[in-house]
Amino acid sequence: MKITTLFASVTAVAAMTFAGATAASAASTLEIVKERGFLRCQVGTPGPGFYNLDSNGDWYGSDVSICQAVAAAIFGSKDKLEIQSVSSQVRFTALANGESDMLSRTATWTLLRDTQLGLDFTAVNFYDGQGFMVPKDSGITSALDLKGATVCVLTGTTTELNLADFSRANNLDISPVTFEDMNIRNDTYLQGGCDAQTNDKSGLASNKASFPNPDDHIILPETISKEPLAPAVRQGDAQWFDIVKWTVYVLINAEENGITQANVEDMRANATSPSVRRMLGAEGNLHEGLGLSKDWAYNIIKAVGNYGEIYEAYMGGGELGIGIGRAGSSNDLWTRGGLMYSPPFR
Amino acid sequence: MIMAVSETDSASARVRPKERFDFFHDERVRSIFYQLLTAGTVGWLAWYLITNTAHNLEVRGMNTGFGFLTATAGFDTDFKLIEYEPGIGTYRRIFFIGVLNTLLISALAIVASTILGFFVGILRLSSNWLVARLALAFVEIIRNTPLLMQIIFWYVAVFSILPRVKNSIDLSGGAEVLFLNNRGLYSASPVPGDLFWMTITAFVAAVIGVFFLSRWAHKRQDLTGRRFPTFTASVALLALVPGMVYLVTGSPLDWDIPTLQGFNFKGGFSLPPSFLALLVALTFYHAAHLAEAVRAGILSVDPGQNDAALSIGLKQNRVLVLVIIPQAMRAIVPPMISLWMNVVKNSSLAIAIGYSDVVALFMQTALNQAGYAVEMVGMTMAFYMTISLSISGILNIYNKRVQLVER
Repeated sequence: MKITTLFASVTAVAAMTFAGATAASAASTLEIVKERGFLRCQVGTPGPGFYNLDSNGDWYGSDVSICQAVAAAIFGSKDKLEIQSVSSQVRFTALANGESDMLSRTATWTLLRDTQLGLDFTAVNFYDGQGFMVPKDSGITSALDLKGATVCVLTGTTTELNLADFSRANNLDISPVTFEDMNIRNDTYLQGGCDAQTNDKSGLASNKASFPNPDDHIILPETISKEPLAPAVRQGDAQWFDIVKWTVYVLINAEENGITQANVEDMRANATSPSVRRMLGAEGNLHEGLGLSKDWAYNIIKAVGNYGEIYEAYMGGGELGIGIGRAGSSNDLWTRGGLMYSPPFR
Repeated sequence: MIMAVSETDSASARVRPKERFDFFHDERVRSIFYQLLTAGTVGWLAWYLITNTAHNLEVRGMNTGFGFLTATAGFDTDFKLIEYEPGIGTYRRIFFIGVLNTLLISALAIVASTILGFFVGILRLSSNWLVARLALAFVEIIRNTPLLMQIIFWYVAVFSILPRVKNSIDLSGGAEVLFLNNRGLYSASPVPGDLFWMTITAFVAAVIGVFFLSRWAHKRQDLTGRRFPTFTASVALLALVPGMVYLVTGSPLDWDIPTLQGFNFKGGFSLPPSFLALLVALTFYHAAHLAEAVRAGILSVDPGQNDAALSIGLKQNRVLVLVIIPQAMRAIVPPMISLWMNVVKNSSLAIAIGYSDVVALFMQTALNQAGYAVEMVGMTMAFYMTISLSISGILNIYNKRVQLVER
């Protein structure tokens, strides 16, 4: 694990050093992707939920679905896609270098990253937040009980920073133990080397599900940070930025309008709602602004389904899901009290 | 090269006394030309790489420069030798914490692995069959498995399964000053009082005294052949002088005792399990390699030296220390230089088990927070190069001294 990321970071720096000066040339990303014939999309190292590998070695997961949706929007097929698995350490450099076209890798949208790393975040596809998990028999019921505790944390993420901020804000004097490898961190936590472990709550849920006795651990109620996870693209190509952003909105808007993978064909042919017809390309010329074909939104939904379907399959109670409840959470539709809201398609 | 030139010159001078200076066929001119060409190419390449990197970073809208070093870092770390508060400490301080942690683990591992390596290397040659085989087994098992695996083994299979905090092992046998659990080693730490500097002064004076005493004893033995019990006298000097001063000044030393408060031990001094696991793994791994170098070095000494030393009446252990090892050193030092450098470089595997060395802390955590990849990787590389070149420089000086002994 360590060797690979170290290698990758050195590679990223080397690429920056050796890459020809013309790498960031004038051709638009969409043209480059079309000419290449497939989309390059970065996800993380496999784990349940956002991106994982099935027994055939194929990728699935909610962030993988975003990659597939963008591929479908451009090519009409979700398979014209090359998934690159990158560590959190090199993701931004690799994207800025042009090794991939987009990053769909649970990257938290922050001001610093948005302004200083040469990339832009598109639309939030998952509202996460950092929390704590403790063994049930520890008797801890609130994160504020963790005074003087040792907490296991993964390196190279905003979690370390949030943990320190939370500790300072509440005068808790938490001692972090930082790991690069998730398995060694879990082992340390399960052996009692840490009183708690902290991560985004989605990560904790996915982790807990993988423990031998998941019911022996609880996730504390506090959410100590805002982690809006959004796909990111390189700065400087407004058209490409729009394509990725509106792909996410298609997924949300489809759910809001009751369009699913199963009924999208029928909806395109028979829907009466003008907004649905405009989105699916049955009328109007919305696709022109993006430089895509008329049926781009149709292709997206046909390929991966709507936002709710993706959530249910990988984050929710589906067979491959990790069981994070959605009803009433930030990830629910705005019409049901959540934050998932798409600007209008007109 | 110069030799060859002067030889050709003198040879041709004899054959053709009136040779004209031919600019295009002169060997010296050609040699200078090629050297200039090489230097120019290397220089151009370096200039190209630097400007190209700068250009690429600019084109991609990524920030550059070392301004981030004075920005405050918001994250914390569990093992630090200097004061640091998240939100107050800067990235430069983070870099120094990492550097010090790397240097600490490397220095300890170098000392421990050198001692253990010599010990095992000598045992490998023991005439006792069992001892020699045990040493062989140690060397072969450790040497033939990957270091990363050993580090993870020590961490996961040894230090992580120690008792939990509430069931800590009291290593001080009931005195409750030294505890071991799966969060690390907790020890009482000394808190010097006002007059403790006098005890330290006395100790330094005793050390200087021992130095002169042993010089005097050596000289007297050389002149008269009479031996002086230097060891006993030194121990007495080192223990009694500072001890007396300490008692006279009223025992000005308190101990900060670790006590269990809430989740963890508070007070005293502590080492995390990642530190212990890494130290043991690095020590064993490099000791096994050094043991082979030591064995080879000893075997390289002519057996006649051993026989000759025995024949003048030296005991076997004195033969080893006074005759064999000094001559073996000239074969041991060169591989030892590279082993010591390897200890420093291999300590970067710390990241696997969460020890905050310079790579884990600076090139991993800090890089992710601040994002100055080129600068941070460059600084880390410069640090490792500085340390490696220093080690090799110092040991080369020592090596020259050892080599002079050779006849």
